[in-house]
Amino acid sequence: MKRYDAIIIGAGHNGLTNAAYLAKAGLDIIVVEKNDYIGGAAVSRELQEGWKYSSCSYVCSMMRQAIHRDLDLGRHGLILVPYLGTVNFGDGDERFFQYHDEEATYLEIKRHSPHDADAMHRFQADLTRYSQLIRKTLMRTPPDPTSFRPRDIRELLWLAKKFWALGETELYEYIRFFTMSAAEWLEDYFENDMIKAAMASPGIIGTALGVESPGSAYILLHHVMGDVDGSIGAWGLARGGMGAISQSIANAMQEHGGELRTESGVKKILVENRNAVGVVLENGDEIRAGIVVSNLDAKRTFTRIMDRDDLPDGIYERAKNFKIRGSSGKVNIALSGMPTFTGVPDNRYLSRGGQGFTGSLETMERAYDCWKRGRWSDDPFVESVIPSAWDPTVAPPGQHWMSNFIQYCPPKLADGPWTPEKRDAFGESVISKIERYSPGFRDLIVHMEVRTPHEIENEIGLTEGNIFQGELTIDQLFFNRPFPGYGQYRMPVKNLYMCGSSTHPGGGVSAVCGANAAREILMDLRKPNSVPDDDFYDE
Amino acid sequence: MQNHDTIIIGAGHNGLVCATLLAQAGQRVLVLESNSTAGGLAATREFHPGFRAAVAHHANHFSARVAKELGLARHGYTQRSLPPIGLGNDGEHVSVANGELRGASESDARSFQDYERLMQTCATALEPFWQKTIPGIGSRKLRDLATFGHLGLKLRGLGRQDMREFLRIASLPARDLMDEYFESDLVKALLSWDGLIGSRLAPRSPNAAVLAMLYRRSGESADTRSLIAALEAAAADAGVEIRFDTPVAHILVSGDDSGLRAKGVRVSAREEIAADRIISSADPKTTFVDLLGVEHLDIGFTNRIGRLRCNGYVAKLHLALEGLPEFTGLDSPDGRLLIAPEMDAIEFAFDDAKYGRCSDNPVLEVTVPSIADSSLAPDGKHVLSAHVMYVPYAHKGGWTDEARDAIKDRAIASIERYAPRIREQIAGSEFLTPADLEREYRITGGHWHHTEFAMDQMLMMRPTYGAAQYRSPVPGLWLCGAGCHPAGDLTGLAGHNAAREVLR
Amino acid sequence: MTTMTSDPYAGERLKETHFYEREAELNIRDAWSSWNGYLFADYYYDTEYEYFCIRNQCGTYDICPMQKYEITGRDAETMLDRMVTRDVTRIGLNRVAYTVWCTDQGRIIDDGTIFRLADDRFMLTCGSPCTAWLRKAAFGFRDVTITDLSDDLAALSLQGPTSCAVLKRMGLGGVETMKAFDIRHFPFHDGNLMVSRTGFTGDLGYELWIAPELALTMWDELYAAGEDYGIQPYGEAATNMARLEAGFIMPHMDFTEALKTVHLEHDQTPFELQLGWLVDFKKPHFSGRDALLEHKRRGPVWTLAKLDVEGNWPAEDAIMYNNEKCSHEIGYVTSAMWSPTVKANIALAMIRTESLKGELWAEIYKAKELRQYRRMAKCTLKKKPFWMPERARTTPPADV
Repeated sequence: MKRYDAIIIGAGHNGLTNAAYLAKAGLDIIVVEKNDYIGGAAVSRELQEGWKYSSCSYVCSMMRQAIHRDLDLGRHGLILVPYLGTVNFGDGDERFFQYHDEEATYLEIKRHSPHDADAMHRFQADLTRYSQLIRKTLMRTPPDPTSFRPRDIRELLWLAKKFWALGETELYEYIRFFTMSAAEWLEDYFENDMIKAAMASPGIIGTALGVESPGSAYILLHHVMGDVDGSIGAWGLARGGMGAISQSIANAMQEHGGELRTESGVKKILVENRNAVGVVLENGDEIRAGIVVSNLDAKRTFTRIMDRDDLPDGIYERAKNFKIRGSSGKVNIALSGMPTFTGVPDNRYLSRGGQGFTGSLETMERAYDCWKRGRWSDDPFVESVIPSAWDPTVAPPGQHWMSNFIQYCPPKLADGPWTPEKRDAFGESVISKIERYSPGFRDLIVHMEVRTPHEIENEIGLTEGNIFQGELTIDQLFFNRPFPGYGQYRMPVKNLYMCGSSTHPGGGVSAVCGANAAREILMDLRKPNSVPDDDFYDE
Repeated sequence: MQNHDTIIIGAGHNGLVCATLLAQAGQRVLVLESNSTAGGLAATREFHPGFRAAVAHHANHFSARVAKELGLARHGYTQRSLPPIGLGNDGEHVSVANGELRGASESDARSFQDYERLMQTCATALEPFWQKTIPGIGSRKLRDLATFGHLGLKLRGLGRQDMREFLRIASLPARDLMDEYFESDLVKALLSWDGLIGSRLAPRSPNAAVLAMLYRRSGESADTRSLIAALEAAAADAGVEIRFDTPVAHILVSGDDSGLRAKGVRVSAREEIAADRIISSADPKTTFVDLLGVEHLDIGFTNRIGRLRCNGYVAKLHLALEGLPEFTGLDSPDGRLLIAPEMDAIEFAFDDAKYGRCSDNPVLEVTVPSIADSSLAPDGKHVLSAHVMYVPYAHKGGWTDEARDAIKDRAIASIERYAPRIREQIAGSEFLTPADLEREYRITGGHWHHTEFAMDQMLMMRPTYGAAQYRSPVPGLWLCGAGCHPAGDLTGLAGHNAAREVLR
Repeated sequence: MTTMTSDPYAGERLKETHFYEREAELNIRDAWSSWNGYLFADYYYDTEYEYFCIRNQCGTYDICPMQKYEITGRDAETMLDRMVTRDVTRIGLNRVAYTVWCTDQGRIIDDGTIFRLADDRFMLTCGSPCTAWLRKAAFGFRDVTITDLSDDLAALSLQGPTSCAVLKRMGLGGVETMKAFDIRHFPFHDGNLMVSRTGFTGDLGYELWIAPELALTMWDELYAAGEDYGIQPYGEAATNMARLEAGFIMPHMDFTEALKTVHLEHDQTPFELQLGWLVDFKKPHFSGRDALLEHKRRGPVWTLAKLDVEGNWPAEDAIMYNNEKCSHEIGYVTSAMWSPTVKANIALAMIRTESLKGELWAEIYKAKELRQYRRMAKCTLKKKPFWMPERARTTPPADV
């Protein structure tokens, strides 16, 4: 029977990236995927004829251009288009338009608050500066602060030097930013509540924290440190939906000789003499390999597809305690026409952007309070975008698809398990919120897919439906991700690695986790590195 | 003529500690206090004829080192531990005493041993952090580098496993830490309490709760009234002069080409008092904005002072009782009785406060100080003293009498659930919201810690960089209050560390 | 504060200034750019022609988009004095002073002018919005009110040798007795016309401040009076030429506003911009004082130098070297042009202070019919402004 050099479990975009780099380095590899489609949470699915939903992730900003270029993803069919602006809806009739153009945004903010319009410049400069430092750490393996190995010490020194270069004052500002709540941090810049809410929204997306929770300012940064062609904080859409990203990486991987096997869920990772040696598939097939790389989240990897006996002491408990909280929902809607929103200028550029049903900080925080109580809010935070407004491939001409991301949606309800009825009731809460701002919206609906954490977990295997494969709080970031002592992609069982968002630098369609893991694997195999260094426009 | 080397603003416990240490070192020290008694929040107040209590009803972790340096034992300072007791339904209480968790399941009792070991190990490693002045990050002074080295070694000294674990749990929300160790809701609420009380944090809030727990494991448990009396006596013994009923109106500054210097204080239209240095134990906002004046400071600095999170969330309930309150299932209410059946109860009480409301179900820490100190109430009668969370300083609609009475009644109702006869025993009562504390004790926002004990306002960033080593930007003006490192509570450390910096 | 507008299209359209109606007729090239959200003439017909209006006759320059803040109250003087580097207490009634204000680190936030209109009333003008910083600066003072007048006060700059004559012809009696940096108020129809002898051209000139409803009337009367004195509107491009000859600095060209800087090493101290004379260490405490004292002690790392550049290729965007072989970079040019009045190739350049003593070379690129040519030009330091005529300061000014 054939023995591979490496098996990658899960064809999410990170798994595929990892596989592509291992294959590129000459390894004989296979990717196994439980679904009959690839991409994990970066996927395009045709659930209604003529419409292609990016059913999970829907926009892209963190995808590293170095990987994009290195794997030649453009040739493999990937085009990332920046999107223009966002309309934010206040609790009442107020609207806030974030234009692509800086001066236009300035003028728009000025009508709400001249103070905030002025503050916006400082906000952008500070955010860009904070991003620039974090971005440099993305494609590097975190050092182990308790280690005395030269490599870790060198990396720690590199970090210390980078931070030191900020200067003392800036360093303090950095610490403040890292540990504060988004609401508190924004307080220093803005006075208008709708604008604060709009700016705070990246601070809660995907996380079981509220805008008032310390630590949410960092989540905010995590969402804006990406860029599209050097414009930090910009978001883009993949032509053809998010599946185009996964597909192009898969194409690259296969071109380098990697194998892909779908409908092959892994039942168990085989461990012999404390060495990972292969996997057993759901259908009983056994595949053996020199190393095993899991693209699944940490909790799933160690508590679902491994024997507790195969793990060193304490690892099972670590995995069990790993914070991977479901907090988001997704509603994908096929529309027979372009919805119109009250109070929004008729501007073809603005309608090519997103819609943020952000309301106020209190509305957002109250939605979080509902989540804490095991229910969804009747006034949810919804972030939407209508990609068909400029992607001709995702809906029939003249018709549209709207992606709606909802924060918060609990993985477990206080009043018993999720049922199809409850799922639909959740979807209804989203529809009525949109309808509030777009009378007649309901009549445009052709088809709709409602995804609660329950569906997300069942379909793509993200535990609790957590989009980051684990909360992005300090206790689970950097060298603590996924667990202290295992922040360098090597797992407690020899020849077992992880390459998903449960590892540094965390969630987002960045392809970084997969690439970083490949670099570490190749180092262990004493193979030449096939992973490119990161590059930046801002340096 | 100048009679004083140092003027200390405020005779709170930190002011007294600082004053005494300086006087012991030979300085002529004058303490100016706006109230008629010493102790600030820890001063005993008569809230009903014959009944007295202190707002800070218990000194959980007074620094043993400070007690020793001041020789407090000579002045009647007594230790007194108040075991935390989590009140459960039907008298099924849990408590911590002598390193054991009582009344809990076997598995929780076992986990408690692991939990205690880890927490105590980390707390021991952190102990020197609280006792030292934390230098600015950019400092290149040999002494400061030595401090960093010392603290770094302390952390390394934890060993690889514990250091890793410390770096992980340091920022963990109380709830997650509890969930990892325990199964009983009551146990979790009980043990998380010390991470939350006095702050704007709830069990789900990351980043400071565990550090607050560790902070509160330093020092020793002391009796508040004996502590303040001993501090006052030690101060007098050292030759400190305290002037009561003397609120400071202004800190006086002289300026020339070389810059500013604090030179004294104005206490009334007629009286100015000069000194070489002024040390303020008032909160940073009061000190810099009201007493000094922003014109003597840089704009970025005063902006940071203005942004300090100073709004308090703890109110104080004092009840004058005809007899000893009877709590179902407790022989004697001698301890810190926590009324918080589960972590969600704390969390949800906090949720209301976020929006400027008081919860229908507040959570409480109740003590009966008159058990140990019978002088606090007439013979056979008792005083009940309770911290009530979360009561927002900025109450929506303002603090009207109705609003205050409503939350007071809810707090009493909460107690009534565990002590059903309590209402019949009440002879008098007092309820102090954070707004009341602000007014009566001149503490901005009525915040226990003067400003939130949070990661962005901690160590070399407390209260904010530029004033974090007890020195203010104006030479001659120093800080020694709870707004400085390490933080509030009755520990004496801020006053102690400030005095050491002054003497350096 | 500025009136709030509920116009959802606010972000999509640049606003029109109070003089726009007249300017639009004159802007025959439709050459508009923007300034603080206003449509703003880059030039009207021809930049060089407009430039010579300033030097030869007189011209008007629309400064409505400039930010104007009224600061009033008992603490207004203390508040401003603590914010800016100059001694505000020494600005006399109806006098104007140019100043800068800095961060706690002593880096320049912006420059602008302070008008003292009463003991407790000031006007602060600056190029970019300063609302957020002013609010921070006012924190802690009991009696200060800050009002943003930017949209509610029309302002027009009149610059050039015949400007005084025009104002006299317009009926502003006694205007000729105004000294530089004086303010005077004249009744105008049912309102008040405030005139300050200030400007951004280094030449004789005035700035006129008036309520929006009288703006066009004033324009018309001014142009009627100026007909025989060659009055013309001029735009941003001509202003930029005139100010460079005078050695005045321009935000976003010669310095970066500290609060909006991404790379912290890209902002400047007053000493680096050779504005040390604006920093008064003798007055009471002001924001950034301690840091500035330290900057002064250490001396500036960079110096914004005035350069006379060899040859006639404008040195725009040139990198500076200390030798002709370009082996060692010492700085960069911030503004440069051929000066029509001085007939010299002039530039402002940010140069490492330590390198000022050595040779200065600019690496200049110039395209001739698409082909790029490169030339090394030797530069000499100039101490004084390139051009600052006596008439700018003479009182009373001559008529022509």
